[in-house]
Amino acid sequence: MLGALIIVFREVIEAGLIIGIVLAVTRGVPGRGRWVGAGVLAALVGAGLLALFAETIASAFEGAGQELFNAGVLGIAVVMLMWHNLWMAGHGQEMAASMAEVGKAVSAGKRPLAALAMVVGLATLREGSEVVLFLYGIVAAGASVSSLLLGGALGLAAGALFTALTYYGLLAIPPRHIFAVTTVLIALLAAGMAAQAVQFLDAAGLINIMGQRLWDSSAWLPQDSIFGRLLHTLVGYTDRPTELQLIAYVVTLAIMAAMTWIAGSSRRPRAV
Amino acid sequence: MDRVEFLHIAGQRAMTRAVGTILLSLTLTAFAAGAQDFNLVIRDHRFEPAEIRVPADKRVSLYVSNEDATPEEFDSTALKVEKVIAGRSKALIRIGPLTAGRYEFIGEFHADTAKGVVIAE
Repeated sequence: MLGALIIVFREVIEAGLIIGIVLAVTRGVPGRGRWVGAGVLAALVGAGLLALFAETIASAFEGAGQELFNAGVLGIAVVMLMWHNLWMAGHGQEMAASMAEVGKAVSAGKRPLAALAMVVGLATLREGSEVVLFLYGIVAAGASVSSLLLGGALGLAAGALFTALTYYGLLAIPPRHIFAVTTVLIALLAAGMAAQAVQFLDAAGLINIMGQRLWDSSAWLPQDSIFGRLLHTLVGYTDRPTELQLIAYVVTLAIMAAMTWIAGSSRRPRAV
Repeated sequence: MDRVEFLHIAGQRAMTRAVGTILLSLTLTAFAAGAQDFNLVIRDHRFEPAEIRVPADKRVSLYVSNEDATPEEFDSTALKVEKVIAGRSKALIRIGPLTAGRYEFIGEFHADTAKGVVIAE
């Protein structure tokens, strides 16, 4: 039971952190619950299918199917996050300047919602399929189903509580700062995902360059500790990054910053 | 678009795909030839051998065969690997180049028994 609890909790907090951020970013937007809910639901169905076809996917592309799939999922999420920040820089800022409610500003456009729902879905998909496979393995090994369900449910509850903490923590930020804070959060989230994606491409054998590790901070802050995991999901912390990972991280941040600056400055004359 | 143009575009796409496939397989083959291979077995939720010595600063391929009926996840932040291996199937895991040292890994789905270490030297 404890095993199920720990694994489910570990996977749920990774997806939960992203769901919490997305909910905070979209606060006050009508219909955001439906979008985020649909993203999670679609992902849970997808996770089941993914677990079912795990072997087929893994053996595709000469055994690199799983890595390529993960890199693809992360890559799409990065693009969606970029799209969201670009849209917010172009529209959100000037609307917020003329409206009291930040929520109303965002509600004028549904497009970032679809992008964010997809990010939530992709995060849930990746973590969810691992949970499904793990739980299946335990059942197949003949463990009692009731203790498994109890452990899984407790893990899920703990993960949901964590999501709620993330959400309400972010809500404590004053509305006039929320644009800046969420823009930076999403940029860091995307940069971390990009660094993970290039590592999967490396593991798939598609990229064979710059695989040397740059530093090892695992003695001070191990990536598999709870705090390390949180930082890993949130800002892309890696205790043994490769050269390529750092480049992917910095380039993603630079692209995000450039897009936000260009979109923001082209709007500025009208806002003033 | 007319039929000829369509066929032309379709032909180009097929060509691009073919080239892509050839490039991918070339990369993978070049890789397999240059890298050193090591075999691992998962049996009764344990790794055999539980200790693998590999050359440092080289890319290495681990062929992991899961002989159990249940899936396992080869997991190691030290090696930067997170890979699910279905029950009764094999997986190729590429690691390295590694600085000399010890790199622990676990089977995340059975973390109490499935433990191992890669030693790069």
